[in-house]
Amino acid sequence: MITGLRRVVKAGFVGFWRNAYVSLASIFVLTIALFVIGATLFLNQLLDTSLSTLQSKVDINVYFVPDAPEEEVQRILSAVEALPEVSGTTFTSREEALEQYRESNQDNAISLQALEELDENPLGANIAIQARETSQYESVARFLEEQRELEQPQIPVIDEINYERNKESIDTLTTIIGAVERASFIIMGILLIAAIMITFNTIRLAIYTSREEIAIMRLVGAGNMFIRGPFMLQGIMYGFLSGLLALLMFYPMLIWLGPRTETFFEMNLFDYYVANFGEIFGLLVGIGIVLGLVSSTLAVARYLRT
Amino acid sequence: MIYFDNVSKVYNDGRSAALQEVTFQVAPKEFVSIVGHSGAGKTTLLKMIIAEDHPSHGQVFFESLDVHRIPRTKLPNYRRKIGTIFQDFKLLPHKTAYENVAFAMEANGRGDAEIAENVPHALSLVDLDDKAWNFPSELSGGEKQRVAIARAIVNQPDIIIADEPTGNLDPIATYEVVQILRKINDLGTTVIMTTHNKGVIDEIERRVITMDDGRIVRDDSTGKYVL
Repeated sequence: MITGLRRVVKAGFVGFWRNAYVSLASIFVLTIALFVIGATLFLNQLLDTSLSTLQSKVDINVYFVPDAPEEEVQRILSAVEALPEVSGTTFTSREEALEQYRESNQDNAISLQALEELDENPLGANIAIQARETSQYESVARFLEEQRELEQPQIPVIDEINYERNKESIDTLTTIIGAVERASFIIMGILLIAAIMITFNTIRLAIYTSREEIAIMRLVGAGNMFIRGPFMLQGIMYGFLSGLLALLMFYPMLIWLGPRTETFFEMNLFDYYVANFGEIFGLLVGIGIVLGLVSSTLAVARYLRT
Repeated sequence: MIYFDNVSKVYNDGRSAALQEVTFQVAPKEFVSIVGHSGAGKTTLLKMIIAEDHPSHGQVFFESLDVHRIPRTKLPNYRRKIGTIFQDFKLLPHKTAYENVAFAMEANGRGDAEIAENVPHALSLVDLDDKAWNFPSELSGGEKQRVAIARAIVNQPDIIIADEPTGNLDPIATYEVVQILRKINDLGTTVIMTTHNKGVIDEIERRVITMDDGRIVRDDSTGKYVL
């Protein structure tokens, strides 16, 4: 058993070396396939990050009337925070709102003067609300509208909900995000299938050149595992080396691309590559090995049937 | 040790028959030559013995074993009892002469020590000690066939099947191959060989089976090539 395994391993390495051209061609194609898979991975990451950055820039605001009762404001705030759709809230008190107004109108003497002439703070508190998905803003807005309807008319609390004003841009963004996600999913699927098929065919061709040898081995009385083993090992070697090569190719590319993606997508792909190197290594080399092993096993099986 | 019992092989179109009602047997240590024109059924007959082809009717026995009832998983085991030699040598192109011979032993599950001892022995029997580390592409036709013979005998099989072993060789290489086969036979291994070559048959002076159109038409114990 051990001897058999050792012989299979040795035959695999020797075969890899003596069929150097075939091995190189297979590794070349498999490297490109893995590169494509890796590239879709990075693109997906970029897309995800830029979409969530975009999403985080969208919010809806509830403005309270200046003399809204404090406990009512707090009740609405905690009710909103308890909603499952809500990912975050920023509460701005009346005083903070005034402070912000002063700051943003620093250079506008007229506005400041107008403010001075009022003897009390004309601004109300407000809450900025972020939902997990852009499509959820509508239900958050509906919840807030319900709160407003429940108010007693003599004690107004909510002054304005700016969802209606933002509705159009939020809807557009929701559509765009949905479309981009769907399109990227389809494109990645196609690329992935293409990469797998190309790999499979290349290895099948590589083994096709060995079909005579397989027939001879059978005539000499070699068992199926003894014939298949070296080819399976070669498939694993193709996958492993191709995974390493693809990783190596990404390195200089991402050094160059990293700062550029940072300015445009607010995410440095090179930093991502370095930070997640272990996972990316495991994924690319792992996919490579599985692809190589499965393709070679299937390809040899053809010639082992009678 | 080999027994053909009324074996026929009809191909799928239903008309052409490669073998028709062939019955004969081969005793241990015999040297049997099978002669006949191309298409007479010689190769089909040999393929029956190594279970590469199946008969339409009849049975083929190796000792008491019905060859075509061996389960597919046991076929490698069965084939290891038979050494095969072909007209086109069928060497593994990416293995050296030594490795080609050793492969047959490795496939047989033999130990390293045994391989290290028997392979050089087999190679010296066919007089190829000095070409052990050459690849098949670096050898002449006669040398390739001698490697194939070394591979066929290295597991000490009970029987050697040789399909036109001299078909691609010049007269001198043919003579050498025939001498080696005779030597193997003298050492106690049964040999069944097909050939076209009249000179080879006359040289061997052993049993000759003549085939024509899938039938055995002559079976002479010390035959001459008659067609």
